[in-house]
Amino acid sequence: MQNYLDGQQELWYKMGRVNVKNISRIFTKKEENSGTEALHDVSFDVEDGEFICLLGPSGCGKTTLLRIIAGLETQSSGEITLNGTPITGPDPKRGMVFQQYSLFPWRTVIDNVTFGLEMQGIDKAEARKRVEKYIELVGLEQFKNSYPYELSGGMQQRAAIARALANEPEVLLMDEPFGALDAQTRNILQDELLKIWEQKHVTFIFVTHSVDEAVVLSDRIVMMTARPGRIKEIVKVDLPRPRSRTSPEVNHLRDHVLRLLEEERFHR
Amino acid sequence: MKNRFIKTIEENGIEALSLIVAIAIWQLVADRIVQDRFLLPSFYDVVTSFFAIVKSGLVFADTLTSLLHFAIGIIAAFAIGIPLGIIMGWFREANRAIDPIIEILRPIPPLAWIPFAIVWFGLTQQAAGFIVFAGMVFPIIINTYTGFKNVPKVYVEAAKVLGCTRNLDLIRYIAIPSAMPSIVAGIRIAMGVGWMCLVAAEMFAVSDSGLGYQIWHNYYLHRMNFVLVYMLLLGFVGLFIDRFFRHYVDAKLLRWTAGTVV
Repeated sequence: MQNYLDGQQELWYKMGRVNVKNISRIFTKKEENSGTEALHDVSFDVEDGEFICLLGPSGCGKTTLLRIIAGLETQSSGEITLNGTPITGPDPKRGMVFQQYSLFPWRTVIDNVTFGLEMQGIDKAEARKRVEKYIELVGLEQFKNSYPYELSGGMQQRAAIARALANEPEVLLMDEPFGALDAQTRNILQDELLKIWEQKHVTFIFVTHSVDEAVVLSDRIVMMTARPGRIKEIVKVDLPRPRSRTSPEVNHLRDHVLRLLEEERFHR
Repeated sequence: MKNRFIKTIEENGIEALSLIVAIAIWQLVADRIVQDRFLLPSFYDVVTSFFAIVKSGLVFADTLTSLLHFAIGIIAAFAIGIPLGIIMGWFREANRAIDPIIEILRPIPPLAWIPFAIVWFGLTQQAAGFIVFAGMVFPIIINTYTGFKNVPKVYVEAAKVLGCTRNLDLIRYIAIPSAMPSIVAGIRIAMGVGWMCLVAAEMFAVSDSGLGYQIWHNYYLHRMNFVLVYMLLLGFVGLFIDRFFRHYVDAKLLRWTAGTVV
Protein backbone atom coordinates (compact mmCIF):
# COMPACT_ATOMS: atom_id res chain seq x y z
CA MET A 1 0.00 0.00 0.00
CA GLN A 2 2.72 2.38 1.02
CA ASN A 3 4.66 1.63 -2.16
CA TYR A 4 1.60 2.10 -4.27
CA LEU A 5 1.05 5.55 -2.80
CA ASP A 6 4.68 6.50 -3.29
CA GLY A 7 4.39 5.43 -6.91
CA GLN A 8 1.35 7.62 -7.30
CA GLN A 9 3.30 10.56 -6.05
CA GLU A 10 6.09 10.11 -8.54
CA LEU A 11 3.60 9.76 -11.36
CA TRP A 12 1.77 12.93 -10.46
CA TYR A 13 2.89 15.37 -13.09
CA LYS A 14 3.91 18.81 -11.97
CA MET A 15 3.75 21.77 -14.30
CA GLY A 16 5.83 24.84 -13.80
CA ARG A 17 5.31 27.35 -16.58
CA VAL A 18 6.01 30.93 -15.60
CA ASN A 19 4.96 33.90 -17.71
CA VAL A 20 6.37 37.31 -16.88
CA LYS A 21 4.36 40.01 -18.62
CA ASN A 22 5.33 43.71 -18.73
CA ILE A 23 6.58 43.84 -15.16
CA SER A 24 7.65 47.22 -13.81
CA ARG A 25 8.55 48.08 -10.26
CA ILE A 26 9.02 51.59 -8.90
CA PHE A 27 10.30 52.12 -5.38
CA THR A 28 8.87 55.35 -3.98
CA LYS A 29 10.31 57.16 -1.02
CA LYS A 30 7.95 58.97 1.29
CA GLU A 31 9.99 62.17 1.51
CA GLU A 32 10.44 62.62 -2.20
CA ASN A 33 7.85 62.43 -4.89
CA SER A 34 10.27 60.88 -7.32
CA GLY A 35 10.74 57.14 -7.25
CA THR A 36 13.49 54.80 -8.33
CA GLU A 37 12.56 52.51 -11.14
CA ALA A 38 14.03 49.08 -10.44
CA LEU A 39 12.36 47.14 -13.25
CA HIS A 40 11.05 48.46 -16.55
CA ASP A 41 8.65 46.47 -18.69
CA VAL A 42 10.22 43.06 -18.26
CA SER A 43 8.64 40.18 -20.17
CA PHE A 44 9.79 36.62 -20.71
CA ASP A 45 8.41 33.11 -20.53
CA VAL A 46 9.86 30.14 -18.70
CA GLU A 47 9.04 26.71 -20.06
CA ASP A 48 8.05 23.84 -17.82
CA GLY A 49 11.12 22.14 -16.40
CA GLU A 50 13.51 24.74 -17.72
CA PHE A 51 16.62 26.00 -15.92
CA ILE A 52 16.73 29.80 -16.25
CA CYS A 53 19.41 32.10 -14.89
CA LEU A 54 18.79 35.79 -14.32
CA LEU A 55 22.07 37.61 -14.83
CA GLY A 56 22.90 41.28 -14.74
CA PRO A 57 25.01 43.99 -13.10
CA SER A 58 24.37 44.55 -9.39
CA GLY A 59 21.37 46.74 -8.72
CA CYS A 60 19.66 45.71 -11.95
CA GLY A 61 16.60 44.43 -10.14
CA LYS A 62 17.10 40.71 -10.68
CA THR A 63 16.53 39.92 -7.03
CA THR A 64 13.47 42.19 -6.98
CA LEU A 65 12.07 40.29 -9.95
CA LEU A 66 12.65 36.97 -8.21
CA ARG A 67 11.00 38.26 -5.03
CA ILE A 68 7.97 39.36 -7.06
CA ILE A 69 7.73 35.86 -8.53
CA ALA A 70 7.98 34.46 -4.98
CA GLY A 71 5.17 36.76 -3.90
CA LEU A 72 7.30 38.51 -1.28
CA GLU A 73 7.08 41.81 -3.13
CA THR A 74 4.52 43.34 -5.46
CA GLN A 75 4.97 44.77 -8.93
CA SER A 76 3.90 48.31 -9.81
CA SER A 77 2.41 47.10 -13.06
CA GLY A 78 2.27 43.98 -15.18
CA GLU A 79 1.44 40.41 -14.31
CA ILE A 80 3.23 37.16 -13.54
CA THR A 81 1.41 33.87 -13.89
CA LEU A 82 2.27 30.33 -12.87
CA ASN A 83 0.50 27.84 -15.15
CA GLY A 84 -1.88 30.64 -16.08
CA THR A 85 -2.78 31.65 -12.52
CA PRO A 86 -1.69 35.16 -11.48
CA ILE A 87 0.71 35.35 -8.53
CA THR A 88 -0.65 37.37 -5.61
CA GLY A 89 1.37 36.25 -2.60
CA PRO A 90 3.75 33.62 -1.24
CA ASP A 91 2.74 30.04 -1.90
CA PRO A 92 4.42 26.69 -1.24
CA LYS A 93 4.10 25.95 -4.97
CA ARG A 94 6.96 28.38 -5.44
CA GLY A 95 9.88 27.33 -3.27
CA MET A 96 12.71 29.71 -2.54
CA VAL A 97 16.33 29.44 -1.43
CA PHE A 98 17.83 32.64 -0.09
CA GLN A 99 21.31 34.08 -0.33
CA GLN A 100 21.52 34.51 3.44
CA TYR A 101 21.47 31.43 5.61
CA SER A 102 17.79 31.03 6.24
CA LEU A 103 17.56 27.75 8.15
CA PHE A 104 15.65 28.22 11.40
CA PRO A 105 18.44 27.95 13.97
CA TRP A 106 16.11 26.58 16.65
CA ARG A 107 15.22 23.54 14.54
CA THR A 108 17.43 20.62 13.63
CA VAL A 109 18.09 19.91 9.95
CA ILE A 110 15.28 17.37 9.69
CA ASP A 111 12.86 19.63 11.54
CA ASN A 112 13.76 22.47 9.18
CA VAL A 113 13.05 20.26 6.19
CA THR A 114 9.71 19.10 7.62
CA PHE A 115 8.57 22.67 8.34
CA GLY A 116 6.68 23.08 5.07
CA LEU A 117 4.83 19.79 5.48
CA GLU A 118 3.96 20.66 9.08
CA MET A 119 2.44 23.91 7.85
CA GLN A 120 0.28 21.88 5.48
CA GLY A 121 -1.09 20.16 8.54
CA ILE A 122 0.77 16.89 8.13
CA ASP A 123 1.60 15.12 11.38
CA LYS A 124 5.20 15.69 12.45
CA ALA A 125 6.18 12.03 12.64
CA GLU A 126 4.62 11.33 9.24
CA ALA A 127 6.30 14.41 7.75
CA ARG A 128 9.67 13.30 9.11
CA LYS A 129 9.33 10.01 7.28
CA ARG A 130 8.45 11.74 4.05
CA VAL A 131 11.40 14.12 4.01
CA GLU A 132 14.09 11.49 4.57
CA LYS A 133 14.58 11.11 0.83
CA TYR A 134 15.18 14.83 0.35
CA ILE A 135 17.79 14.86 3.09
CA GLU A 136 19.40 11.89 1.37
CA LEU A 137 19.20 13.70 -1.97
CA VAL A 138 21.35 16.54 -0.66
CA GLY A 139 23.65 14.15 1.22
CA LEU A 140 22.92 15.23 4.77
CA GLU A 141 21.78 11.90 6.31
CA GLN A 142 24.55 12.07 8.89
CA PHE A 143 23.63 15.59 9.92
CA LYS A 144 19.86 15.35 10.02
CA ASN A 145 19.75 15.75 13.79
CA SER A 146 22.29 18.58 13.88
CA TYR A 147 21.42 22.18 14.54
CA PRO A 148 22.31 24.75 11.85
CA TYR A 149 25.14 26.26 13.94
CA GLU A 150 26.87 22.89 13.73
CA LEU A 151 26.92 22.95 9.90
CA SER A 152 29.22 24.62 7.40
CA GLY A 153 27.85 27.23 5.01
CA GLY A 154 27.64 24.76 2.15
CA MET A 155 25.77 22.21 4.26
CA GLN A 156 23.34 24.87 5.42
CA GLN A 157 22.49 25.78 1.84
CA ARG A 158 22.09 22.09 0.98
CA ALA A 159 19.61 21.76 3.82
CA ALA A 160 17.83 24.90 2.60
CA ILE A 161 17.50 23.30 -0.85
CA ALA A 162 16.10 20.12 0.70
CA ARG A 163 13.65 22.21 2.72
CA ALA A 164 12.41 23.96 -0.43
CA LEU A 165 12.15 20.66 -2.35
CA ALA A 166 10.25 18.87 0.42
CA ASN A 167 7.20 20.96 -0.39
CA GLU A 168 7.34 19.54 -3.93
CA PRO A 169 7.16 22.97 -5.55
CA GLU A 170 6.45 23.56 -9.22
CA VAL A 171 9.07 26.29 -9.43
CA LEU A 172 12.23 26.63 -7.38
CA LEU A 173 13.45 30.21 -7.03
CA MET A 174 17.06 30.67 -6.00
CA ASP A 175 18.49 34.04 -5.03
CA GLU A 176 22.28 33.72 -5.36
CA PRO A 177 22.19 30.69 -3.07
CA PHE A 178 25.91 30.00 -3.42
CA GLY A 179 26.99 33.66 -3.27
CA ALA A 180 28.45 33.38 0.23
CA LEU A 181 30.35 30.13 -0.40
CA ASP A 182 33.97 29.60 -1.40
CA ALA A 183 34.72 28.77 -5.03
CA GLN A 184 35.30 25.03 -4.55
CA THR A 185 32.18 24.42 -2.50
CA ARG A 186 30.33 26.49 -5.05
CA ASN A 187 31.38 24.25 -7.95
CA ILE A 188 30.45 21.11 -6.03
CA LEU A 189 27.03 22.48 -5.15
CA GLN A 190 26.41 23.57 -8.75
CA ASP A 191 27.04 20.01 -9.94
CA GLU A 192 24.79 18.61 -7.22
CA LEU A 193 22.06 21.09 -8.05
CA LEU A 194 22.10 19.99 -11.68
CA LYS A 195 21.74 16.37 -10.62
CA ILE A 196 18.73 17.29 -8.50
CA TRP A 197 17.24 19.28 -11.35
CA GLU A 198 17.63 16.30 -13.68
CA GLN A 199 16.01 13.94 -11.14
CA LYS A 200 13.10 16.14 -10.14
CA HIS A 201 10.81 17.68 -12.64
CA VAL A 202 11.03 21.25 -11.34
CA THR A 203 11.42 24.58 -13.10
CA PHE A 204 14.42 26.51 -11.79
CA ILE A 205 14.79 30.29 -11.80
CA PHE A 206 18.24 31.12 -10.50
CA VAL A 207 19.54 34.63 -9.82
CA THR A 208 23.28 35.06 -10.03
CA HIS A 209 25.90 37.68 -10.76
CA SER A 210 28.44 35.04 -11.73
CA VAL A 211 28.86 34.48 -15.45
CA ASP A 212 30.53 31.11 -14.84
CA GLU A 213 27.60 29.92 -12.78
CA ALA A 214 25.06 31.01 -15.40
CA VAL A 215 26.96 29.35 -18.24
CA VAL A 216 27.42 26.03 -16.43
CA LEU A 217 23.87 25.78 -15.10
CA SER A 218 21.28 27.21 -17.39
CA ASP A 219 19.23 26.35 -20.46
CA ARG A 220 18.77 30.04 -21.10
CA ILE A 221 20.35 33.11 -19.55
CA VAL A 222 18.09 36.14 -19.17
CA MET A 223 20.50 39.07 -19.36
CA MET A 224 19.34 42.30 -17.76
CA THR A 225 20.47 45.89 -18.22
CA ALA A 226 21.69 48.23 -15.48
CA ARG A 227 19.00 50.07 -13.53
CA PRO A 228 16.21 50.29 -14.47
CA GLY A 229 16.37 46.60 -15.26
CA ARG A 230 15.13 45.57 -18.69
CA ILE A 231 15.76 42.47 -20.71
CA LYS A 232 18.94 43.00 -22.68
CA GLU A 233 19.19 39.67 -24.37
CA ILE A 234 18.06 36.12 -23.75
CA VAL A 235 21.04 33.85 -24.42
CA LYS A 236 20.27 30.26 -25.27
CA VAL A 237 22.86 27.83 -23.90
CA ASP A 238 22.69 24.94 -26.31
CA LEU A 239 25.42 22.81 -24.78
CA PRO A 240 25.07 19.21 -23.63
CA ARG A 241 25.39 18.43 -19.94
CA PRO A 242 27.55 17.68 -18.03
CA ARG A 243 29.38 20.73 -19.25
CA SER A 244 33.06 21.20 -18.91
CA ARG A 245 33.87 24.52 -17.31
CA THR A 246 36.69 25.20 -19.75
CA SER A 247 35.70 23.73 -23.13
CA PRO A 248 36.04 26.07 -26.17
CA GLU A 249 32.26 26.34 -26.58
CA VAL A 250 31.78 27.28 -22.94
CA ASN A 251 34.61 29.80 -23.18
CA HIS A 252 33.12 31.28 -26.29
CA LEU A 253 29.75 31.68 -24.61
CA ARG A 254 31.33 33.12 -21.47
CA ASP A 255 33.09 35.64 -23.65
CA HIS A 256 29.84 36.68 -25.28
CA VAL A 257 28.03 37.09 -21.97
CA LEU A 258 30.90 39.00 -20.41
CA ARG A 259 30.93 41.39 -23.34
CA LEU A 260 27.22 42.05 -22.87
CA LEU A 261 27.83 42.77 -19.19
CA GLU A 262 30.68 45.12 -20.00
CA GLU A 263 28.48 47.10 -22.36
CA GLU A 264 26.21 47.76 -19.40
CA ARG A 265 29.14 49.04 -17.39
CA PHE A 266 30.05 51.63 -20.00
CA HIS A 267 26.46 52.70 -20.47
CA ARG A 268 26.33 54.18 -16.99
CA MET B 1 32.83 6.74 46.23
CA LYS B 2 35.71 7.97 48.29
CA ASN B 3 37.72 8.51 45.12
CA ARG B 4 35.01 10.67 43.62
CA PHE B 5 34.87 12.76 46.77
CA ILE B 6 38.61 13.32 46.68
CA LYS B 7 38.44 14.12 42.98
CA THR B 8 35.76 16.76 43.53
CA ILE B 9 37.89 18.35 46.22
CA GLU B 10 40.89 18.34 43.93
CA GLU B 11 38.95 19.88 41.05
CA ASN B 12 37.32 22.61 43.12
CA GLY B 13 40.21 23.00 45.51
CA ILE B 14 40.77 26.71 45.05
CA GLU B 15 37.08 27.56 45.33
CA ALA B 16 36.65 25.46 48.47
CA LEU B 17 39.79 26.82 50.08
CA SER B 18 38.71 30.39 49.39
CA LEU B 19 35.36 29.81 51.10
CA ILE B 20 36.96 28.12 54.09
CA VAL B 21 39.44 30.94 54.55
CA ALA B 22 36.67 33.57 54.28
CA ILE B 23 34.60 31.77 56.93
CA ALA B 24 37.64 31.39 59.18
CA ILE B 25 38.41 35.11 58.96
CA TRP B 26 34.78 35.96 59.68
CA GLN B 27 34.73 33.68 62.71
CA LEU B 28 38.04 35.11 64.01
CA VAL B 29 37.04 38.74 63.50
CA ALA B 30 33.64 38.25 65.14
CA ASP B 31 34.83 36.11 68.02
CA ARG B 32 38.19 37.74 68.86
CA ILE B 33 38.13 41.33 67.58
CA VAL B 34 34.54 42.60 67.53
CA GLN B 35 33.35 40.43 70.40
CA ASP B 36 29.81 41.74 70.11
CA ARG B 37 27.03 39.45 68.85
CA PHE B 38 24.85 42.46 68.10
CA LEU B 39 27.36 44.17 65.81
CA LEU B 40 28.67 41.06 64.09
CA PRO B 41 27.37 37.57 64.85
CA SER B 42 30.01 34.90 64.33
CA PHE B 43 29.80 32.00 61.93
CA TYR B 44 29.12 29.68 64.83
CA ASP B 45 26.24 31.88 66.05
CA VAL B 46 24.69 31.83 62.62
CA VAL B 47 24.95 28.06 62.30
CA THR B 48 23.33 27.46 65.70
CA SER B 49 20.58 29.99 64.93
CA PHE B 50 19.95 28.26 61.64
CA PHE B 51 19.51 24.91 63.35
CA ALA B 52 17.17 26.55 65.84
CA ILE B 53 14.78 27.72 63.14
CA VAL B 54 15.07 24.41 61.31
CA LYS B 55 14.12 22.65 64.52
CA SER B 56 11.14 24.92 65.11
CA GLY B 57 10.06 24.52 61.47
CA LEU B 58 9.88 28.29 61.09
CA VAL B 59 12.37 28.33 58.24
CA PHE B 60 10.23 26.13 56.03
CA ALA B 61 7.05 28.12 56.60
CA ASP B 62 8.78 31.41 55.81
CA THR B 63 10.61 30.11 52.76
CA LEU B 64 7.37 28.71 51.38
CA THR B 65 5.56 31.99 52.02
CA SER B 66 8.27 33.91 50.19
CA LEU B 67 8.20 31.46 47.31
CA LEU B 68 4.44 31.81 47.14
CA HIS B 69 4.73 35.62 46.90
CA PHE B 70 7.37 35.19 44.24
CA ALA B 71 5.23 32.69 42.31
CA ILE B 72 2.21 35.01 42.33
CA GLY B 73 4.36 37.83 40.97
CA ILE B 74 6.13 35.76 38.32
CA ILE B 75 2.94 34.13 37.02
CA ALA B 76 1.20 37.49 36.74
CA ALA B 77 4.26 39.04 35.08
CA PHE B 78 4.43 36.19 32.55
CA ALA B 79 0.72 36.29 31.84
CA ILE B 80 0.74 40.02 31.18
CA GLY B 81 4.31 40.84 30.13
CA ILE B 82 4.89 38.22 27.44
CA PRO B 83 1.63 38.70 25.48
CA LEU B 84 2.02 42.48 25.73
CA GLY B 85 5.61 42.32 24.47
CA ILE B 86 4.55 40.03 21.63
CA ILE B 87 1.70 42.30 20.53
CA MET B 88 3.94 45.38 20.71
CA GLY B 89 6.71 43.65 18.80
CA TRP B 90 4.54 42.27 16.02
CA PHE B 91 1.95 45.00 15.39
CA ARG B 92 3.37 48.48 14.86
CA GLU B 93 0.13 50.27 15.75
CA ALA B 94 -0.19 48.35 19.01
CA ASN B 95 3.32 49.42 19.90
CA ARG B 96 2.49 53.05 19.23
CA ALA B 97 -0.61 52.78 21.40
CA ILE B 98 0.93 50.93 24.35
CA ASP B 99 4.48 52.29 24.42
CA PRO B 100 3.70 55.77 25.88
CA ILE B 101 1.79 54.22 28.78
CA ILE B 102 4.61 51.82 29.53
CA GLU B 103 7.25 54.51 29.30
CA ILE B 104 5.38 56.55 31.94
CA LEU B 105 4.77 53.64 34.32
CA ARG B 106 8.17 51.98 33.93
CA PRO B 107 10.39 54.54 35.72
CA ILE B 108 8.20 54.35 38.87
CA PRO B 109 10.24 52.26 41.33
CA PRO B 110 8.23 49.10 42.14
CA LEU B 111 8.39 49.83 45.87
CA ALA B 112 6.47 53.05 45.32
CA TRP B 113 3.47 50.82 44.61
CA ILE B 114 3.45 49.47 48.17
CA PRO B 115 0.77 51.83 49.54
CA PHE B 116 -1.56 50.97 46.69
CA ALA B 117 -0.76 47.29 47.00
CA ILE B 118 -1.96 47.45 50.63
CA VAL B 119 -5.01 49.55 49.77
CA TRP B 120 -6.03 47.28 46.91
CA PHE B 121 -5.18 43.86 48.28
CA GLY B 122 -4.92 44.38 52.05
CA LEU B 123 -2.23 42.54 53.99
CA THR B 124 -2.47 39.47 51.79
CA GLN B 125 -0.16 37.26 49.80
CA GLN B 126 -1.45 38.98 46.67
CA ALA B 127 -0.22 42.37 47.90
CA ALA B 128 3.36 41.11 48.15
CA GLY B 129 2.90 39.28 44.86
CA PHE B 130 1.78 42.53 43.26
CA ILE B 131 5.02 44.29 44.24
CA VAL B 132 7.02 41.40 42.77
CA PHE B 133 4.91 41.69 39.63
CA ALA B 134 5.56 45.44 39.42
CA GLY B 135 9.29 44.77 39.48
CA MET B 136 9.23 41.90 37.01
CA VAL B 137 6.78 42.89 34.33
CA PHE B 138 8.74 45.68 32.65
CA PRO B 139 11.98 43.83 31.95
CA ILE B 140 9.87 40.98 30.54
CA ILE B 141 7.82 43.28 28.29
CA ILE B 142 10.85 45.12 27.01
CA ASN B 143 12.96 42.05 26.29
CA THR B 144 10.09 40.24 24.60
CA TYR B 145 9.49 43.31 22.48
CA THR B 146 13.18 43.66 21.61
CA GLY B 147 13.41 39.97 20.72
CA PHE B 148 10.45 40.32 18.39
CA LYS B 149 11.85 43.48 16.78
CA ASN B 150 15.07 41.64 16.02
CA VAL B 151 13.58 38.56 14.36
CA PRO B 152 15.61 38.35 11.12
CA LYS B 153 13.46 39.18 8.12
CA VAL B 154 14.81 36.20 6.19
CA TYR B 155 13.27 33.71 8.68
CA VAL B 156 9.85 35.30 8.26
CA GLU B 157 10.18 35.29 4.47
CA ALA B 158 11.46 31.71 4.40
CA ALA B 159 8.46 30.68 6.50
CA LYS B 160 6.09 32.53 4.19
CA VAL B 161 7.32 30.78 1.05
CA LEU B 162 7.07 27.45 2.90
CA GLY B 163 3.38 28.04 3.46
CA CYS B 164 3.33 29.70 6.90
CA THR B 165 1.51 32.95 6.19
CA ARG B 166 -0.94 33.65 9.01
CA ASN B 167 0.18 36.09 11.72
CA LEU B 168 -0.62 33.63 14.48
CA ASP B 169 1.47 30.88 12.86
CA LEU B 170 4.35 33.23 12.13
CA ILE B 171 4.37 34.37 15.76
CA ARG B 172 4.15 30.84 17.07
CA TYR B 173 6.58 29.06 14.78
CA ILE B 174 9.04 31.81 13.88
CA ALA B 175 8.98 34.87 16.10
CA ILE B 176 8.71 33.22 19.51
CA PRO B 177 11.53 30.70 19.00
CA SER B 178 13.69 33.33 17.35
CA ALA B 179 13.09 35.78 20.20
CA MET B 180 13.52 33.14 22.91
CA PRO B 181 17.10 34.07 23.91
CA SER B 182 16.03 37.67 24.43
CA ILE B 183 12.86 36.68 26.32
CA VAL B 184 14.86 34.37 28.57
CA ALA B 185 17.41 37.09 29.28
CA GLY B 186 14.51 39.38 30.24
CA ILE B 187 13.10 36.76 32.59
CA ARG B 188 16.45 36.37 34.33
CA ILE B 189 16.80 40.11 34.84
CA ALA B 190 13.20 40.21 36.03
CA MET B 191 13.78 37.42 38.53
CA GLY B 192 16.65 39.36 40.09
CA VAL B 193 14.55 42.51 40.36
CA GLY B 194 11.55 40.54 41.59
CA TRP B 195 13.53 38.87 44.35
CA MET B 196 14.70 42.25 45.66
CA CYS B 197 11.17 43.63 45.52
CA LEU B 198 9.90 40.61 47.40
CA VAL B 199 12.18 41.22 50.36
CA ALA B 200 11.37 44.91 50.45
CA ALA B 201 7.64 44.25 50.22
CA GLU B 202 7.75 41.78 53.08
CA MET B 203 9.85 44.14 55.19
CA PHE B 204 7.44 47.01 54.65
CA ALA B 205 4.64 45.16 56.36
CA VAL B 206 2.84 44.12 53.22
CA SER B 207 3.13 40.65 54.70
CA ASP B 208 3.23 39.13 58.17
CA SER B 209 5.52 36.27 57.24
CA GLY B 210 8.24 35.38 54.75
CA LEU B 211 12.01 35.64 54.73
CA GLY B 212 12.01 39.43 54.28
CA TYR B 213 9.50 39.86 57.09
CA GLN B 214 11.67 37.78 59.41
CA ILE B 215 14.67 40.03 58.79
CA TRP B 216 12.74 43.04 59.95
CA HIS B 217 11.00 41.21 62.78
CA ASN B 218 14.27 39.86 64.22
CA TYR B 219 15.87 43.28 63.85
CA TYR B 220 13.16 44.68 66.14
CA LEU B 221 13.99 41.92 68.60
CA HIS B 222 17.70 42.78 68.25
CA ARG B 223 18.49 39.21 67.27
CA MET B 224 21.09 40.04 64.67
CA ASN B 225 22.24 36.43 64.40
CA PHE B 226 18.80 35.55 63.04
CA VAL B 227 18.84 38.59 60.77
CA LEU B 228 22.03 37.27 59.26
CA VAL B 229 20.63 33.75 58.90
CA TYR B 230 17.65 35.04 56.94
CA MET B 231 19.88 37.25 54.81
CA LEU B 232 22.00 34.27 53.85
CA LEU B 233 18.89 32.20 53.21
CA LEU B 234 17.57 34.84 50.82
CA GLY B 235 20.86 34.74 48.97
CA PHE B 236 20.90 30.96 48.71
CA VAL B 237 17.27 30.61 47.64
CA GLY B 238 17.74 33.34 45.02
CA LEU B 239 20.87 31.64 43.74
CA PHE B 240 19.09 28.30 43.63
CA ILE B 241 16.14 29.70 41.65
CA ASP B 242 18.46 31.31 39.12
CA ARG B 243 20.58 28.17 38.70
CA PHE B 244 17.50 25.98 38.35
CA PHE B 245 16.02 28.29 35.73
CA ARG B 246 19.26 28.51 33.79
CA HIS B 247 19.71 24.77 33.80
CA TYR B 248 16.18 24.21 32.56
CA VAL B 249 16.44 26.88 29.89
CA ASP B 250 19.80 25.78 28.54
CA ALA B 251 18.72 22.16 28.35
CA LYS B 252 15.25 22.70 26.90
CA LEU B 253 14.67 26.07 25.33
CA LEU B 254 18.04 27.24 24.12
CA ARG B 255 19.70 23.99 23.14
CA TRP B 256 20.12 25.39 19.61
CA THR B 257 22.29 28.28 20.73
CA ALA B 258 24.78 25.98 22.46
CA GLY B 259 28.25 26.94 21.36
CA THR B 260 27.28 30.34 20.09
CA VAL B 261 26.59 31.78 23.53
CA VAL B 262 28.88 30.81 26.36
